[in-house]
Amino acid sequence: MSVIPVSWYLVLSAILFGLGVVAFVFKRNVITIFMSIELMLNAVNLAFVAFARAHNQLDGLVFVFFVIVVAAAEAAVGLAIVIMLAQHRQSLSVERENLLKF
Amino acid sequence: MILPLIIFSLCALLAVGGAVALILSREPIHSALALILVMVSLAVLYLLLGAPFVAAVQIIVYAGAIMVLFVFVIMLLNMEAEERTDFSKIAKFVGVPLGLVLIVWAAYWLAHSPAASAMGTGAAMEPSSTRELSKQLFRQYLFPFEATSILILIALLGALVMARKEE
Repeated sequence: MSVIPVSWYLVLSAILFGLGVVAFVFKRNVITIFMSIELMLNAVNLAFVAFARAHNQLDGLVFVFFVIVVAAAEAAVGLAIVIMLAQHRQSLSVERENLLKF
Repeated sequence: MILPLIIFSLCALLAVGGAVALILSREPIHSALALILVMVSLAVLYLLLGAPFVAAVQIIVYAGAIMVLFVFVIMLLNMEAEERTDFSKIAKFVGVPLGLVLIVWAAYWLAHSPAASAMGTGAAMEPSSTRELSKQLFRQYLFPFEATSILILIALLGALVMARKEE
């Protein structure tokens, strides 16, 4: 089981995180921006598990557990905000959310 | 011994492809399905890393609960395809290269960090037992665990208060 170096997992995690940042900056829809945040959290989770494996400690796995719980809470509140936004503005494009724009 | 390598390459390709599809697709529902693909392949990678409990939680909570919530909201709001704004030249000629630089730099930095180089391929990769994990979780991390349950409760109340119709 140990033929794959841990650094490969870390590289994959970095690539996924970078793609998440790019998606966060480039997407125009509030929900897709939200999904790119989830993508970044997933990438960080992969790095956590890889480090936990490499050091043979379980703390990393416990942290992944907490990250998933916080992501679930964040998704619940964030999607409630998105629903409210859709009811008030009839659009989910971030270009239209200019009420606070100077 | 070649099998883990094949599984890793397949899942890594699926994960990166799903992330790219998330960026490129214009329909939000396609982005959501691409993200589910990423999460499932990450769960397989967790199994490969010998963390079956985390893999199960990934499937149940992430792909099961959170993404169902996303898909549900997308269906509920009946969203149109993302409108293409006139991509400014700056975004095309500075943003894309900068994004690539970020990805390459982060990958290089993580692979060559002292923490990564010190550990090599990792010790014996036998699966971590869920029993040990739960001991850790309910002894050493008992207080954070209870704190997250309060956090979940607050999030639930907040979502209810925000999403309900105003009279």
